[in-house]
Amino acid sequence: MLGIKTPMAPGVRGRQAQSKTDLPVLLAFRGKNNKDGLFVHHDGRLFVDLKLRHGVMIFAVFALWCGAAEAAKVGGFAWATESLFNWAPFILKGFSLNILISVFAMLIGTIAGAALGLMQVSLMAPVRSGSWLFTQFFRNSPWLVLLFCVMLLFPFEIDLGFVIIPIPDWIKAVIGFSLPVMANISEVVRGAVISLPSGQWESAESLAFSRRQTMWMIILPQCIKRMIPPWINWYCILTMATPLCSIMGVEESVTHTVQAMNALGDRPELLGPFYFFLLFIHFVFTYPIARYSITLEKKFAVKI
Amino acid sequence: MSEQSGNGGTNWTADQPMVSIKDVHKSFGELEVLKGVSMDVMKGECICIIGPSGSGKSTLIRCVNALNDIQGGSITVEGQEVNDPALNKLELRKKVGMVFQQYNLFPHKTALQNIMMAPVTVLKQNPVEVEKRARELIKKVRLEGKEDNYPGELSGGQQQRVAIARSLAMNPDVMLFDEVTAALDPETVKEVLVTIQDLAEEGMTCILVTHEMGFAREVANHIYFTDKGVIVEHGPPATFFDDAKDPRTQEFLGQIL
Repeated sequence: MLGIKTPMAPGVRGRQAQSKTDLPVLLAFRGKNNKDGLFVHHDGRLFVDLKLRHGVMIFAVFALWCGAAEAAKVGGFAWATESLFNWAPFILKGFSLNILISVFAMLIGTIAGAALGLMQVSLMAPVRSGSWLFTQFFRNSPWLVLLFCVMLLFPFEIDLGFVIIPIPDWIKAVIGFSLPVMANISEVVRGAVISLPSGQWESAESLAFSRRQTMWMIILPQCIKRMIPPWINWYCILTMATPLCSIMGVEESVTHTVQAMNALGDRPELLGPFYFFLLFIHFVFTYPIARYSITLEKKFAVKI
Repeated sequence: MSEQSGNGGTNWTADQPMVSIKDVHKSFGELEVLKGVSMDVMKGECICIIGPSGSGKSTLIRCVNALNDIQGGSITVEGQEVNDPALNKLELRKKVGMVFQQYNLFPHKTALQNIMMAPVTVLKQNPVEVEKRARELIKKVRLEGKEDNYPGELSGGQQQRVAIARSLAMNPDVMLFDEVTAALDPETVKEVLVTIQDLAEEGMTCILVTHEMGFAREVANHIYFTDKGVIVEHGPPATFFDDAKDPRTQEFLGQIL
């Protein structure tokens, strides 16, 4: 329909046939020749293929809408837009906390998840099954419930007798978000390790490499490539989930938006511009990262 | 290389079989793949194992370097029992090199790095000396100029020759070749076979599982024909190919020659 010649690069098909994993590791579906279409057909299903210009279009619609509001001077619309302009720095300040939380949660989640993922491919059965259960528990729990648990169960300060260390609620949010991230990164690591052809293990074995040497020098270096795109993807998902902690009163972008609207008297015409602005800044931050992940995915899909 | 080998100190001497396989039984679950296989390989011999698919050829040579375990019988390499639970498999594998059908090169390393990796990491040899030896090996398998290419940039035949060089870099006493030409184009088969022939003529002990009958006839000292987990017939190439006794061997040879 859209002039797509090959729905899948030949290298990608070979790669999929080889891998044994049921996990979302580099299963790219994107074709090379779908330069024109927003919609892409693959396997009888319809995918939406957002390009940079679509992002620009969304921005243009928003700008046009604001401009039209200003020009029309209907009711409180111009006032609402002007108020948004005044309060934007306050909202952006809140958004910086979203970024901070996402970066720290990703850091902790990645370190813990990598360790947990390696335990999942251990030769020792108790380690393997224990880490599998731990991973599955956090992977299949609602993020919001995990967040509630951490924020309500953790003390707001730790009394060490000689010094009292306060734990600000954003730190607790970091811990709450790092748990599901850890579990998903654990699966990314496990999936990447088991997706390598068993011949790699066998040839390393026949060259007298120990299991530890094989893992660190042969298996993991090949896995890094496969793990980066899903890792970035999880960062995007995490960033978009950070507003959840506004429910617990963390002073991030949503909390600041609500506070700004409160200060302006909670007028209904504020809702549209303010929430749209909130969506917009999240989009502007996350979208380039998601694009980059797709670029990497394409780049790595060809080489093996 | 045949002296004390660190593991248990066997008193093997070069006039005894280097690899001795006695009444080996191997099953995968219910499926019995090897039903009492025996063979002896002397130092410097080149042995070819031929037979129809699923006859247990590959399984047998994978047992020799303990990639597969066995349920009955005994395999010794230079007098050392492979089936011994106390065996240090790493010590065994330093003596037994193996080349696979699918090459299994490490794709994130160049040809030269593939060859150097095991001697430097496993044997802790001096990287400068290992590199010198690796370059000689590259020359030996006729791949000068490909040192810095990644496996993905090499043809199947070239990759397989890097895999042979990689195995040789460990200075093994025995080399196992598991259908190493089965995945190659007819044109590239020859370049790999020539490499193996050179090795055999230099006196390397080789055990090959192969479908290349011409090669087996020319290079092997002894041919084993396996079918359904047993050795049906064996003998020197001339006798084996021209004067096969068993009807199953005759049928197999009739089909492929």
